[in-house]
Amino acid sequence: MDTARLFPWFILLNPLIAAVLILVATRKNHGVSAVISTLSAFFGLAAAACAWTSPEVHSAVQWIDFGNALQIPLGVKLDHLAKVMLLVVTGIGFLVHLYSTVYMEHDESKARFFGHLSLFMFSMLGIVLADNFAMMFIFWELVGVSSYLLIGHWFTRDAAGKAANKAFIMNRLGDFGFMLGILMLWATAGTVTFDGLEDQKAVLAQNPYFLGAAVLLVFCGAIGKSAQFPLHTWLPDAMEGPTPVSALIHAATMVAAGVYMLARLAFLIELSPVAGMVIAWVGAITSILAALMATQQDDIKRVLAYSTLSQLGYMVMAAGLAPDVEGGAAMFHLWTHAFFKALLFLGAGAVIHALHHEQDIWKMGGLSKTMRITTATFALGTLALTGCPGLAGFFSKDAILLSAFAHNKALFGIGLATAFLTAFYMTRLFAVAFLGKARSEAAHHGHDCPRRMTWPLVILAFLSIFAAYGAVPHWFGIEHGDAPKIVPTLAILAFLTGTGVAWMLYAGAEKEPLSLPLFRNKFYFDEIYGAIVAGTQDVLAFIAAGVDAIVLTVVRAVGGLTLGLGYALRLFQVGNVQAYAFIFGLGVVTLIYFLVFR
Amino acid sequence: MTITLNHYLLVSGLLFAIGFAGVLLRRNIITIFMCLELMLNAANLSLVAFSRFNVGPDGLPNFNAQVLVFFIITVAAAEVSVGLAIIVALFRARQTTHVEDIASLKF
Repeated sequence: MDTARLFPWFILLNPLIAAVLILVATRKNHGVSAVISTLSAFFGLAAAACAWTSPEVHSAVQWIDFGNALQIPLGVKLDHLAKVMLLVVTGIGFLVHLYSTVYMEHDESKARFFGHLSLFMFSMLGIVLADNFAMMFIFWELVGVSSYLLIGHWFTRDAAGKAANKAFIMNRLGDFGFMLGILMLWATAGTVTFDGLEDQKAVLAQNPYFLGAAVLLVFCGAIGKSAQFPLHTWLPDAMEGPTPVSALIHAATMVAAGVYMLARLAFLIELSPVAGMVIAWVGAITSILAALMATQQDDIKRVLAYSTLSQLGYMVMAAGLAPDVEGGAAMFHLWTHAFFKALLFLGAGAVIHALHHEQDIWKMGGLSKTMRITTATFALGTLALTGCPGLAGFFSKDAILLSAFAHNKALFGIGLATAFLTAFYMTRLFAVAFLGKARSEAAHHGHDCPRRMTWPLVILAFLSIFAAYGAVPHWFGIEHGDAPKIVPTLAILAFLTGTGVAWMLYAGAEKEPLSLPLFRNKFYFDEIYGAIVAGTQDVLAFIAAGVDAIVLTVVRAVGGLTLGLGYALRLFQVGNVQAYAFIFGLGVVTLIYFLVFR
Repeated sequence: MTITLNHYLLVSGLLFAIGFAGVLLRRNIITIFMCLELMLNAANLSLVAFSRFNVGPDGLPNFNAQVLVFFIITVAAAEVSVGLAIIVALFRARQTTHVEDIASLKF
């Protein structure tokens, strides 16, 4: 096997080696563990950069072989889509590793943290490089596990443990559908490899209803992993994990895996427009609901989490609407979003670090005077996210809105409303947390963090501006042709009004001027789910108790009857032999009477 | 008056009834035991009577019943030896041969 074919395997296994090394050998030694993990992330980035120019590679070995029925290879597929995603994962992965070396400096279990981080990198790269659904599913689950481990890193905190459980269980709900979908595709096409499925397109298209159901079931996996409505509730709770984890896993990479999977599936969504429409609507509903929820959150990380939800909804909408050119606008937005959302999370992490774990934005304020680099980069991230013209986010959002405008005007309207809300809540966040007067003791003593934390911010801020310039849109098949001018105009209008309204309300505000309990309480989704789960349990428990009562009544009746008969028969046991003989004689006489005279 | 089978059976039934009444009413175990023997012999008597009055075409009685009587006598002898041995053992243990004193097997 030549080196070009071994190359993707190196990218895949490199973080696994680091993870095993850390978790087995250097668990006690925090410094060495951090170095191993960060070095492996650096090698990953370097390899991904080399992979960019290398030819497309597809290398597979047979793994499970059931003859004609089922063949599952263990293979890596380094095509254009995978290369782009590799850059995102390894690039942000490396920056987050670097940042974590400072952020987690005084953590008691730093080695464990880095081990799990490397494990996550391995699983995520597995999803990116997998050449078949079975392998993708395995890495999909591995990502779920490492996410669980990292959310629950501070497991002594009750909330962290619960959030980890919630994330894992919600993901499993979606993954069940994912597995069923894979089985349905296999049942029709007889293969689970992406190439094989693409070859069997004609066979798959024969039964559009079956295919649509299969695609939607596979999409269930994306609903779980990309936290789409109605399984979105785990992502905001996942903010209990360390902030670098939120930046890497719950903003840039893992939650984007669902979108990446949809891009891989694009050829199937194309065959089933109804399924595509359902996907687009799920994405649109998620994006608008999450944006509304974000407008009333006070925790800096939760605002960003809802913003992530909303942007993921955008991507899913785009993936469902226009599944041509392997995701197209969806992957473009994934690409730019990864940079500015990671930047925002790392910026929030810097604030939290400097303010000794204060996360309430109403207890911040005035940070622009003391944390200059953080403020500047955070402002750039905010502008990129809100779609300020000229920054990366504007172009990718524009691509999505254009595609929505071309396909479905209602979805375009929702997208525009979401863009307005995005500008609103991000301006609110920035104005409250960074501008105005310091509103707590901790906020007075803000300071920029060490270089290893600010450098990733600066690099990401740079990428937030320039990540959509030059040839980049062509990677995703986006051409700036004779698109209708009305779309960017409306998008800019939404950005301006959103920012303006928020500025008027929140610039210099000392406390929340709006009170919208419905949004603040996240549309009561957690409460509704709690009630549904508890209600179902209650009903089931009631039925089970009823069945129990019936069974117990029967059992007790049988037992009571036996006992009563026993008491009755005991009366005959008088102990007198002659009485027995008398009864015996009586019995014999009765027997003879019946035998002879009847 | 000729003696018929019914007479024999009547005597046999009387003997059996007397024996059974003795078993039910007497207190001394040995007496009860003798009453039991009486019941056995009532049965023997009826068997012999049946044999005597059941003459075959060759003019001979049916000896099957008489053979059965021999068996019963043998078994009764064996039973008496075992029963008396039990009674002796019981007397040694309890110093009594009265049935109403041996009533501990009750609830």
